[in-house]
Amino acid sequence: MRHTLDKLLGPVSVALVAITVWLGLFVTPPDAQQGDLVRLVYIHPALAWVALYVAFGMAAVCSLLYLWPRTRSMVFDRLAASAVEVGVVFTVLTLITGSIWGRPTWGVWWTWDARLTSTALLGVLFIGYLALRRVPAEPHIRARRCAVAALFAAVDVPIVHFSVVWWQTLHQGATVLNPNLTPTIHGLMAWTLLLSFVAFTLVFVWMVIARYRLETLREEGEDVELAEALVARRSEGVS
Amino acid sequence: MWRDAMLVAERDLRIEMRSKVALWQVVPFAILVLLLFAFALGPGPALLKESAPGLFWLALLFSSVLAAQRSLAIEGSDATRESTRLMGLDPAGIFLGKTLALTGELIALEIVLMAGVILLFHVVVGTWWLLVASLLVAALGLSAVSVLYGSLAGGARMRATLLPVLVLPILAPVLIAGARCFASAMANGPGLGGRWLSVLCVFAAVYLVLGIVLYGPMEES
Amino acid sequence: MASAIQLRSAVSVAGRFPVLAGVDLDLDAGRVCVVLGSNGAGKTSLLKLLAGLAPLSEGSASILGYALPSDARPLRRQVGLLGHDVGLYDELQPEENLRFALRAARVDPARAPGALERTGITGRLASTPLGSLSAGQRRRVGLALLVARRPRLWLLDEPHASLDAETRSLVGELVEEAAAGGAAVVATSHEPELAVPMADHVATMAGGVVVDLVTGGRPRIDGVPDVA
Repeated sequence: MRHTLDKLLGPVSVALVAITVWLGLFVTPPDAQQGDLVRLVYIHPALAWVALYVAFGMAAVCSLLYLWPRTRSMVFDRLAASAVEVGVVFTVLTLITGSIWGRPTWGVWWTWDARLTSTALLGVLFIGYLALRRVPAEPHIRARRCAVAALFAAVDVPIVHFSVVWWQTLHQGATVLNPNLTPTIHGLMAWTLLLSFVAFTLVFVWMVIARYRLETLREEGEDVELAEALVARRSEGVS
Repeated sequence: MWRDAMLVAERDLRIEMRSKVALWQVVPFAILVLLLFAFALGPGPALLKESAPGLFWLALLFSSVLAAQRSLAIEGSDATRESTRLMGLDPAGIFLGKTLALTGELIALEIVLMAGVILLFHVVVGTWWLLVASLLVAALGLSAVSVLYGSLAGGARMRATLLPVLVLPILAPVLIAGARCFASAMANGPGLGGRWLSVLCVFAAVYLVLGIVLYGPMEES
Repeated sequence: MASAIQLRSAVSVAGRFPVLAGVDLDLDAGRVCVVLGSNGAGKTSLLKLLAGLAPLSEGSASILGYALPSDARPLRRQVGLLGHDVGLYDELQPEENLRFALRAARVDPARAPGALERTGITGRLASTPLGSLSAGQRRRVGLALLVARRPRLWLLDEPHASLDAETRSLVGELVEEAAAGGAAVVATSHEPELAVPMADHVATMAGGVVVDLVTGGRPRIDGVPDVA
């Protein structure tokens, strides 16, 4: 059962993305205001959704579960780390697509739009987590450290969000630089949008599972090394 | 918990007074940052005055990362940290004590920086209570985060370069809120300052609570 | 005699390395055990395990009635550990250091001056910051802390190392006083000639396990032979 699910997940998610792209590029109509540029709505919001909510949320929840004594398990540590790694990828993609979307409309590659800024900061938080993970340490210590860091970051995100939004509203006067990019959605466009969310979420899940498997294998490998080291250590005493 | 906190705070402050690192290293660094900002943005007084809130808070943020590393260094070598664990102090108390001590140092730093900014950038403050409140609350929040992350990265050999990367993104809201508070305080009326002050309060409260709850589990091995 | 230490096949892992690979050890209260062994044999790691600082990965450990790993925190308060590095604050004076440590351990800080006197830290030495003292003097301050705290288990990591003759004999005296007072003492050493005379048991470690256990040279007061 598990194997069937695994084997299906990859192809299915890729297929869904392909359908989304096809629908988005060819079938759905262009927007009255933005023309063909609106087609990015089938990619950017879904990417942002995965990066900000799915990836980060998963990392935060798994970290909490790891820290809670009753549910403590290295599984959650590995899941959190995998979620963050894949989340970084999605965050970068969100920023790139957001930038591409903004360029023709705003004329610049970057603007301090509240959402883009929050996303950029989130990216830095993710990278901080990964930097912490790379510090050599005993697995349980590292797991606890990273889980705590993830929790601190998670708690900061809403504060950051509100700060940045309020910070931005100070300049709401300049509507040329900050138009509402969300076009009116209806009919086929709405379905495609929904599909894009599902598709990218599935891709995320697929990637996280793959990364998780990799991490599990790596740690199992290290456990074998430990058993061997134990034997070697004991033989030191035999003279 | 409070007993241990006072004990630890007293220890940290006493060690700091003996070694005077904050006095001779952190404060000069902060002043230096202000000077460098002036060099970077040009001598035009209008621009400097307008940028003063942001520059003040940037200088404070960078210096407080230094102060955080100092607070961690007070813990001493690995052996000293080990023997502190053996002493049986309440971890929440240790966290509170270190945070309080660091808050005191940061407030002293803020006073120096404020004097610098008023002198060098010709800042005029209209609403003093807002400014003072924001400085106090922010110092508390900055300290709590610094002590927490110091413990997190503590023992990690890459501590010196890792700490800023971890801490500064978390402190971004403090920078935004603090600078806006300062700007409001410079204006004629408090304006939106209250809202930003509440952000600082929430930040400080959240990380104080997190620290009290999590510092113990964090230090366990 | 109450049992102070009971280790059965204790394994302790640091990083990915098994520093202790299955240690068996018994020690009663009021007895002194000296642990010999070459570098890397696991002596220091054994002390850390007994202090509740190192994690117990496999096997069982009961120390002063506390079971590891669950009761590590309460155990630590009952244990005094003195390593190469004294583990106190260089910027503070000896008495300030002791007062802090005693108050932290909920012990009356008024014991500090007496303990410092017992270990010969008086006069000018007492008001010098710890960092400016010599290694031997710092070790004396560490010993003073143990004397003041009176823990039920003394753990000494190479207590004679790089000390002058006078301080070395002080170590011997303090160990004898501690054991006579009912504390259990475990000391590691590279110098058997100095350590064995003060020991009831002498354990030798290699490869993370105890490979040999013999009777030490400490004079028996009650005349009852121990079962090793």
